[in-house]
Amino acid sequence: MSEFKNTVLEDFKDVWVFCEQRQGVLMPTDFELISEGRKLADELGVRLCGLLLGDKVEGLARELAGYGADEIIVCEHPLLKDYTTDAYAKVICDMVVERKPEALLVGATNIGRDLAPRCAARLHTGLCADCTHLDVDMGIYKDFLREASTLPEEKIAGMGSAIVLGKPHDVSRDLKMTRPAFGGHLMASIICPRFRPCMATVRPGVMKKAPFDQKRADSAVISKPEVKLAASDIRTQVLETVKEARKLVDLTGAEVIVSVGRGISKDIQGGIKLAEELADVLHGVVGSSRACVDAGWITADHQVGQTGKTVRPRIYIALGISGAIQHKAGMSDSECIIAVNKNENAPIFEIADYGIVGDLFKVTPLLIEEFKKAIESK
Amino acid sequence: MKIIVCVKQVPDTSGKVAVNPDGTLNRASMQTITNPDDKNAIEAALKLKDETGCRVTAVTMGPPPAEGMLRELIAMGCDDAVLISGREFGGSDTFATSQIIAAGINAIGLEKDDIVFCGRQAIDGDTAQVGPQIAEKLDIPQVSYVADIKKEGNEIVVKRMLEDGYMTVKVQTPCLLTCIKELNEPRYMSVGGVVEAYSKPMQVFDYPRLKDDPLIEADTIGLAGSPTNILTSFTPPQKGAGMMLEGADRATCEKLAGILAGKHII
Repeated sequence: MSEFKNTVLEDFKDVWVFCEQRQGVLMPTDFELISEGRKLADELGVRLCGLLLGDKVEGLARELAGYGADEIIVCEHPLLKDYTTDAYAKVICDMVVERKPEALLVGATNIGRDLAPRCAARLHTGLCADCTHLDVDMGIYKDFLREASTLPEEKIAGMGSAIVLGKPHDVSRDLKMTRPAFGGHLMASIICPRFRPCMATVRPGVMKKAPFDQKRADSAVISKPEVKLAASDIRTQVLETVKEARKLVDLTGAEVIVSVGRGISKDIQGGIKLAEELADVLHGVVGSSRACVDAGWITADHQVGQTGKTVRPRIYIALGISGAIQHKAGMSDSECIIAVNKNENAPIFEIADYGIVGDLFKVTPLLIEEFKKAIESK
Repeated sequence: MKIIVCVKQVPDTSGKVAVNPDGTLNRASMQTITNPDDKNAIEAALKLKDETGCRVTAVTMGPPPAEGMLRELIAMGCDDAVLISGREFGGSDTFATSQIIAAGINAIGLEKDDIVFCGRQAIDGDTAQVGPQIAEKLDIPQVSYVADIKKEGNEIVVKRMLEDGYMTVKVQTPCLLTCIKELNEPRYMSVGGVVEAYSKPMQVFDYPRLKDDPLIEADTIGLAGSPTNILTSFTPPQKGAGMMLEGADRATCEKLAGILAGKHII
């Protein structure tokens, strides 16, 4: 790796997306990242490449490309069948050293968050975790700040450089990677000005998926470089991979989410049942605050928030959720927020489109009936 | 066999978080705690100590007051602790931090059957990066998101959580494991432990102590050694308050249903 000079920035071009598959099935976040990567590649005026690792996975490449890639690099090897940090990190780093991408995006899944830091440390480059917004173009970035921050206009308008090692550095071609910190209390935009590739893990469910484009899928280059990998490169052994049998909650893809919070404490099962009934009426799913997960009332796959999932459904109904900032960080982009809480000062009302101050055990049954009536009479 | 546990002292973001006018965190006004996932890592190490009698060392990088946290971890059952502290280390991002902590672990000495434990992630940054980056700098295998650990002879078999299930993974030692809260319930400090906390050894590794490690260079630690820079930090605006409905009876719910139906929301 010593001959890899990654401080010569102009040697690096193209945006890459690591496309994760499990047991031959692409992860939903791959399509979001290809779509987002396309936007960034256009802002930089470079190509977008997907990087797909696995065993016999070439058949997945065209589908990926349809969301905006110019090329899918398919790295196939029997030792890439199951995810291991050692094998995947080696193949990715080898490809980066050989072909020198300018930016590398990785989905912030449990696997992406294992793989990306390992690669960044080996490549001696910067990595920003769990990004929720990515920009290159300064005009677009400034518009984003105008909408998403409380920074004064004169500060936003004057942005264009950063002090790096004591010297001003023009950030116009740097990837501006924005992420929440301190449980969502603060947002920070991070740059990686001196090393390439600039790396980011991106929160699943945040970036918008582009429409599938058959022409792009058909015209993309599918390349299959040689993969150098030996069993001795891998120091872990996957004995089994188990898919949890329980029904998984697809919060990130849900149109309607009815979430419960600490307010259900006096009748936990009853509260969850009411949320399920209301969700059924609206064809939605049940979410929860961190408090309920921490208390063991509901499984972690229901959790919305900074440490749970980021959601942006059409309707979000918060039952007995106070609205801690870490919860709001995961749902405040919902199109219509309805909150029911006994405490009129609950912070959830600050972001709710419609608020009802009352006992969820009394209000929810009425909502179920009235929503049913309203839907049936349409 | 010995176990090294990497821990971090963090501001308690579950309570009230104070933000300075310039958008930085007002740390002085906030309580500090041992990072929650790191306590699960400590507990995992202490469980293995209960079974095997191995030595457990807690390591942190931070300012001198972090000693208090390390004393608490000794009171929980750790045998000793190392505080990595120095002005030269300040301003480090995750990359530079992992260089320094890996050098600290090298100074303690990592042997064939040793294990390094970390928490999955710290609640101040939520990055989950430092653990895997330390493993890379030490050139040892890693398994993250560990929810169960079994030691059978010289083999470690762990349950590694995925969003949609889990993997069972066998890993060679020395290795680094990052622990999640499902792994265990951290124990409390024992009375005997508190009594002993100040009589057990605590070392401070400063810059002169670590500087001869090849990982420690002027351009690999501190602000100058951090590949990432903060361009700007900001607080998000509050979404404007919506409509508070009067009452909480059937009429209220009927009104809401009417509004939503009228706007084609339901």
